[in-house]
Amino acid sequence: MTDTVDVLIIGAGASGAAVAWSLAETKMRIVCLEQGDWMNPAAYPASGRDWEARQLGDFAINPNRRARAADYPINEDNSPIKVGNFNAVGGSTILYAGHFPRFHPSDFRVRSLDGVADDWPLDYATLEPFYAENDRVMGVSGLAGDPAYPPHEATMPPLPLGRSGRILARGMNAMGWHWWPSDSAIASTDYEGRAGCINLAHCTSGCAQGAKASTDITYWPQAIRAGVELRTRCRVREITTNAEGMASGVVYYDAEGVERFQAAEVVILACNGIGTPRILLNSASGRFPRGLANTSDQVGRNLMFHPYAAIHGYFDEETDGYRGPGNCIWSQEFYESDPSRGFLRGYTFEFVRGQGAVMAAVQGMQTGRLPWGAAHHAAYRKLHAHRTGMVAICEDLPEAHNRVTLDPVLKDGHGIPAPKLHYTLSENSRRMLDHAVARGSEILRAAGARDIATEAPIQSNGVHLMGTARMGTNPERSVVNEWGRSHDVRNLFIVDGSIFVTSAGLNPTRTIQALALYIADQMKRRLSTLFD
Amino acid sequence: MASDDAAPGPGLTDAARHALRQVAAMMIPASAEYRVPGADDELVFADMLRSTGRDTAAIARALADLDARAGGSFAGLDAARREAVAGEWRAAASPDFILLQRLVLQCYYRDDRVMRSLDMEPRPPFPKGHVVEQGDWSLLDPVRKRARMWRDAP
Ligand SMILES: Cc1cc2nc3c(=O)[nH]c(=O)nc-3n(C[C@H](O)[C@H](O)[C@H](O)COP(=O)(O)OP(=O)(O)OC[C@H]3O[C@@H](n4cnc5c(N)ncnc54)[C@H](O)[C@@H]3O)c2cc1C
Repeated sequence: MTDTVDVLIIGAGASGAAVAWSLAETKMRIVCLEQGDWMNPAAYPASGRDWEARQLGDFAINPNRRARAADYPINEDNSPIKVGNFNAVGGSTILYAGHFPRFHPSDFRVRSLDGVADDWPLDYATLEPFYAENDRVMGVSGLAGDPAYPPHEATMPPLPLGRSGRILARGMNAMGWHWWPSDSAIASTDYEGRAGCINLAHCTSGCAQGAKASTDITYWPQAIRAGVELRTRCRVREITTNAEGMASGVVYYDAEGVERFQAAEVVILACNGIGTPRILLNSASGRFPRGLANTSDQVGRNLMFHPYAAIHGYFDEETDGYRGPGNCIWSQEFYESDPSRGFLRGYTFEFVRGQGAVMAAVQGMQTGRLPWGAAHHAAYRKLHAHRTGMVAICEDLPEAHNRVTLDPVLKDGHGIPAPKLHYTLSENSRRMLDHAVARGSEILRAAGARDIATEAPIQSNGVHLMGTARMGTNPERSVVNEWGRSHDVRNLFIVDGSIFVTSAGLNPTRTIQALALYIADQMKRRLSTLFD
Repeated sequence: MASDDAAPGPGLTDAARHALRQVAAMMIPASAEYRVPGADDELVFADMLRSTGRDTAAIARALADLDARAGGSFAGLDAARREAVAGEWRAAASPDFILLQRLVLQCYYRDDRVMRSLDMEPRPPFPKGHVVEQGDWSLLDPVRKRARMWRDAP
């Protein structure tokens, strides 16, 4: 166990899997340490009658509620948006919805185009081949020709429009606004040994069918066949450094809770926008008193979540209700900046189909639509399978005061200090949310909704974790360089959502993975000069 | 219905169970019109007791709060007082109360008879899945005609 490995990856989620797969062809000795375990799709909630209850229990998106052995607690008291993640082989892709948009060229140039935040040190054209490579491994359902995007192909046909899509498309067409079948990491047909979607319902508690591209069933089997060693139930406490200030390995707790050291020539962090700064801050030492790779004081700062708005309508006609993949269509009518709207940057509307029978009741009660007593049944039948709508994903701009620090008291099961969040919603985000709620309501009214329910920001939806170890060419203002290497520690790389410079107004995982593949490619090209 | 989450906790006292059943009946009474049992039905209630899991303590606290609001015993009140006290308790919407309400709904809306009354098959989603119609893709025609929307970047 203590033999020095060539590459040590921490975290087996979206980005850890992609980087492991790409580096495997080098035949280097690659080990990945993951605090969670392999999931058993046969035991996912969709296989049982209590599937909706389990979405609020052992498959809850919030780790504090879920509290599995693999989870670590997060102090979210100082954040109006609460975290969603998952800790297992596959990481948060076990629960992700599979919305799979790319960034746009403009998303990498927000300073030049809109005068906000910073430009990225790379561009869309640089990432394009890695988007395509990732699309092949993950499999993307969609339809080429979206006018909101530079041309790109889908690997499978789009997911069905369904009843909900028909209602919503009608509303969009009445408004004359853009919509398009969503790019989705859910297989609409059989794909590379995975079975196509059978519309089990909401995808955010693990896909029992294997139609959703979580990385435990896409990248990992291939990476392991190619020689990567994946050690599960191994939680990393800290990265150690040697006298030269280079990373020398990691201290971790194995499945039996025994403390171990693993030496490595190269360390790659892939623990997401909260797990990664947590490890860096926990790796403070005499030489790196502010935490590892943190001479810039940017580790943990610039936390971006994507404030979400939810806008749902109740219709007389039946919607897809409890059926279907959640993914359906999207709109980027309000995506690119238009200062006349009162905010900069923009958002994506992602239309969602419906909800299960239990959630219809729970939300009906919570919003006062569902009474107690004899009137309950008639009221419920107006809600169940009669609701559809959308969420708006607002671009969250980086702000130094939005950050991850270490909690002085809270610790995980191994006694490792837990992360603490400090996050406030900016005025720009508030205006964007208001705009999205107003426009979303117009769409639903145009589609024939008789009643509209809104929530902004959605409190429980901090599922996109970005910005806390950002990329840049200036070591004073960023943590890693333009190809993912730490400015301070030349054999330390970061490949997860932490390195995002800005968040764009859309889901990040396709870009996280394209970046991980790009960084792996850079490492392979520079092998002989990697630490120069 | 077993799951990791349904592991029995310390359980509820008899008095708490009684109050929970009364509350369930007030929340969702049986209906001849829709041919459904009430949430206090024997099978639904047994499912509830099996499923309190990680929320057992919170549910016990919610019921203790209800008793306190009733001046000692909710079950001992007459029907009119019960309505009034439950109304206040509900309006306060404590986090414990929300979990209790959720438990009742989770168990009620997975009962075979209730699912059938909603035209749902009483089964888990997997492995049979569901049918979602393709839909009318000609709705996309106006959007196909749109000019490109994305911006060039310097
Ligand atoms: C409910 C939900 C819905 C979502 N929907 C979408 C969507 O539709 N589209 C989209 O693009 N994104 C979505 N996301 C977000 C998406 O899952 C993440 O963007 C993506 O998984 C992040 O990739 P990552 O590699 O940065 O981190 P993760 O995938 O989170 O992986 C990090 C891994 O690191 C491990 N780890 C952390 N700390 C340690 C440690 N100390 N030692 C060992 N291992 C450690 C964790 O256990 C985890 O497995 C969703 C997320 C959730 C929770």
